[in-house]
Amino acid sequence: MTIDWIFANIGRISELTASHIFLTLVPTLLGLIVALPLGWWAHRRRGAYPVIVGAAGLLYTIPSLALFVLLPQVLGTKILDPLNVVVALTVYTVALLVRVVADGLSSVPIETVQAATAMGYRGWQRLWLVELPVAVPVIASGMRVAVVANVSIVTMAALLGIPQLGSLFTQGFQLRLFVPIITGIVLCLVLAVLLDLLLVWLNRALTPWRQKTVTS
Amino acid sequence: MNIFDFFTQPANWVGSEGIPGAIGLHLMYSGISLLIALAIAVPLGVYVGYTGRGEAVVAGLANALRALPTLGLLILVVMILAPVFGSSLAFVLPTIVVLVLLAVPPILTGTYSGIQAADPDAVGAARGMGYTKAQILWHIQLPCALPLLLSGIRGATLQIVSTATVAAYVGLGGLGRFIIDGRAQGDYSKMAAGAILVALLALVLELAFIAIGRLVISPGLQRTTRRSRKTPAPPQPQPPAPAQVLASSAT
Repeated sequence: MTIDWIFANIGRISELTASHIFLTLVPTLLGLIVALPLGWWAHRRRGAYPVIVGAAGLLYTIPSLALFVLLPQVLGTKILDPLNVVVALTVYTVALLVRVVADGLSSVPIETVQAATAMGYRGWQRLWLVELPVAVPVIASGMRVAVVANVSIVTMAALLGIPQLGSLFTQGFQLRLFVPIITGIVLCLVLAVLLDLLLVWLNRALTPWRQKTVTS
Repeated sequence: MNIFDFFTQPANWVGSEGIPGAIGLHLMYSGISLLIALAIAVPLGVYVGYTGRGEAVVAGLANALRALPTLGLLILVVMILAPVFGSSLAFVLPTIVVLVLLAVPPILTGTYSGIQAADPDAVGAARGMGYTKAQILWHIQLPCALPLLLSGIRGATLQIVSTATVAAYVGLGGLGRFIIDGRAQGDYSKMAAGAILVALLALVLELAFIAIGRLVISPGLQRTTRRSRKTPAPPQPQPPAPAQVLASSAT
């Protein structure tokens, strides 16, 4: 058990970290892009809300390893294709965020919406310039949960042989070495914390009017 | 290559390596872990919720554990503990330790936040009627905590079921075996069979929890209460209560 292992493998560790970041960030962003219209729809139509949120809840219960295995059948990809991971995590992110977006939009005070209407904001304009910005803190807190979960879920793909920080766990297990495993865990935690902080910062930057209030 | 090939072969339906055996093992390991986690987390959660002590610690721990990659934790704990236990249980007991560890935070959080979220007016009314503290806890606060407690248990169960799948990698029996062995043998239909069964198991459990919630949670607490108090509440079909559907953890 030596630290030398880290220095000897520094190149590979950075490659794995880079692909881990890619496999985490791309699905999180894609998930947000898909969840926004779906969440808006669930917010607008009372009847659609339980259906969409219920379906999202059921999707979220499917274990990630199972989804990684089944997606190639749906997408026509190879089992080793990182695209499976990207799609699976996008599905999870959408499942998590649809409800958050709907609840976030519903949390916009009715006075605010009425004031915007009275000032001449209509339809898309009002949604994009008033309702969505006011809902940012709620959506951002959902994004924080999603991104932290995604950092952890990505590691599961190591069981199928898709390289990212989880590969350090399987490698450590095969070689009976603790250093790769601990390195992987620490890097995952650091990544999760950094991405979480990034979202906290983004939330602050996007909602300058909330400076003095307590952030969620 | 047909993904249902695995299901259509009779040999896969018998013995402890077969489909029913694997489902049984999976449920057994999950059930044991859940019971241990309940025994630890519910009393602790009641204590934290009732006294308000240690709340920050519990919330912090629960958050930290969410960021911890379960696969890494699993492999690490198995490698540390395996030499401690005997040969035949070398991977079973450490795996159960990890499953319990992952299941405790959601149940704990659900219990204490549920107790704290109990309507203060209801608690005050009970006190005014002469309930003792123990009676208030048992008859008011715990029933009021049930929705959040149940959603914590549901999150913990799904976490356990999905992590038990992954634990096939370190040698645990159950449905994950099909996925891991199928991968090693290059047998996609076997992997797919394992994946389908695990996904179905998770979905069935999720639906079971929704049904249990309908049964045991007081109608007055179910959030879709639009009915007036005078109507004797006929068993009406309702859409899934949104508040219960999505709260925590799948991996």
